[in-house]
Amino acid sequence: MINSKELIHVENLDKSFGDLKVLKNITETIHEGEVVSIIGPSGSGKSTFLRCLNLLEKPNSGRVLFKGIDLADKKINVDRHRQKIGMVFQLFNVFPHLTVLENITLAPTLERKIPKKLAETQAVELLNRVGLLDKKDEYPTKLSGGQKQRLAIVRALAMEPDVILFDEPTSALDPEMVKEVLDVIKALVESGMTIVIVTHEMGFAKEVSDRVLFMADGEIVEQGSPNELFNNPKNPRTIEFLSKVL
Amino acid sequence: MIDTILQLWAKYDYVYINGLVGTLWLAAITVLFATVIGTVIAIMKLSKIWIFDKITSLYIGILRGTPILLQLYFFWLLLPKVSVFDLSDTACIVIALIINASAYVAEVIRAGIQAVDKGQTEAAKSLGLSNTNMMRKIILPQAVKNILPALGNEYITMVKQTSLASVFFVQELMTSYRTVQSATFLAIPSLIIVGIIYLLLTTVLTKGLSIFERRLQRND
Repeated sequence: MINSKELIHVENLDKSFGDLKVLKNITETIHEGEVVSIIGPSGSGKSTFLRCLNLLEKPNSGRVLFKGIDLADKKINVDRHRQKIGMVFQLFNVFPHLTVLENITLAPTLERKIPKKLAETQAVELLNRVGLLDKKDEYPTKLSGGQKQRLAIVRALAMEPDVILFDEPTSALDPEMVKEVLDVIKALVESGMTIVIVTHEMGFAKEVSDRVLFMADGEIVEQGSPNELFNNPKNPRTIEFLSKVL
Repeated sequence: MIDTILQLWAKYDYVYINGLVGTLWLAAITVLFATVIGTVIAIMKLSKIWIFDKITSLYIGILRGTPILLQLYFFWLLLPKVSVFDLSDTACIVIALIINASAYVAEVIRAGIQAVDKGQTEAAKSLGLSNTNMMRKIILPQAVKNILPALGNEYITMVKQTSLASVFFVQELMTSYRTVQSATFLAIPSLIIVGIIYLLLTTVLTKGLSIFERRLQRND
C-alpha cells in the first residue's frame, strides 16, 4: 500500500459554513487500490470532507489534488475529472424520471460519447452483477431502498471511475436491506477498486478497510489499520466514541 | 331579468363575440410571449451571475410589487413617447400585459427548478455531467412537472387580467360590456352576460389543465 501511487491528495483543507468551521486544516492522501473508512460522531465533518474530494463542496482554502491535478484550478474542467470520481449518496439520488437502464447509460453516452448500444450492453452486465437485471425497464419509484442504492452504485461504476466515494450508503436503509448493499460494496473491494467510505457500520469498516480515519470536530484525530484503531485506540476521543458505538 | 339578458344577447351578440375574440387573442399573445420572456428571466436569475441576479430581482420585484393597472397606464403613456414605431393603444397594452405576466412566469419557473431535489444536482455533478447536460437531462425534465400546473393557474389569471385593457378601450370582453352598457344603459344584464362568458372560458381552461395534470402524474 505504501508504495502505490497517490490518487487523491488533500492539503491544508479548510471549510466553513458561515461561522462554523467544519474542516480544520486537513492533510490526507488516498492511494490507488486503498480502502479507507471514515468514522466519527455526527457533525464531525466526515461527509463534508468526503464531498470536498470531488469538490461538491468548495473548500475555503487548501488544495484537493486528483492524480496530481488541482480540482479547484479554474483552468481545468472539473466535470471531466469528476467522471473518474464516482460517488454514492446516503439518499441514493437516482434519477426518478429515467428507467433503471437509462439511469446507468445517461452519463456514459453523454459525457464519454459511448455509443448507445454499447452503453446498454455494459449497463445490462452491471445490472446482472448486482441482481437488478429484471428491473432494467422499471422506473426507480418501483424499487426498494436497497435496490435503489445498488442501482446508484452501478450508475457510478458505468463511468469506470478510479475511485468511488460512499457517503453513508446504508444509513437511510431499512435494516434488512443493509446487507445486500454492503455485499455489493464488498465485491467492489475485492475487485481492487479504490474506495473512501463514510460509514456508521463499524463491523463493515473493520472487515474491509485498509485504513480507518477517525474524525472529530473537523479534524482527523486518529488513524490506523482497522486492528490498531478498533482494538487499540490511543486518542481519548476515539476511545470515547468507540465505547459508545461498539 | 332573464328576459332582458336574452334580449340583450339577441341584439348585441356580435359585440360580445368580438369581445371574446379580443380576449382570446390578448390572452394567447400574453401567454406565449410571457412564457418565453419569463423563461429567459428565470434562467438569468438562476445563472448565479451577480449582475443578472440583481437585474432580474429588480425586474420581478417592481412588476410584482406594483398594481398591474398602474403598469398599464405607465406603458400606455410611456411607450408612444419613446418608441420609434407608431404604437397603437392595443400594442402598448399588450406589451404591458406581457411584461407584467413575464415576472410571474419567471417566478413560477424559478421556483419549479429550485424545487427539484438538490440530490439530483449532486448526483449529476458527481457523474461528471456538464452544467448544460445536467439542466437538459436531469433538472428541467423534473422541473416541468412542478412548473406546468402552477403555470396553468398563472395562465388563467392572465386571461382574467386582460379585462383591465377595457380601461383603454382595447377590444375585449369588458370593453364589450361597456359598449353595450353605454348604448342601452343596461349595466347589470350586460355584466352577467360577460361574466358567464368568462366563467365558461375559465371552466374550460381549468378542466383542460386538470386533465393535463393527471396525464403528467401518470408517469410518476
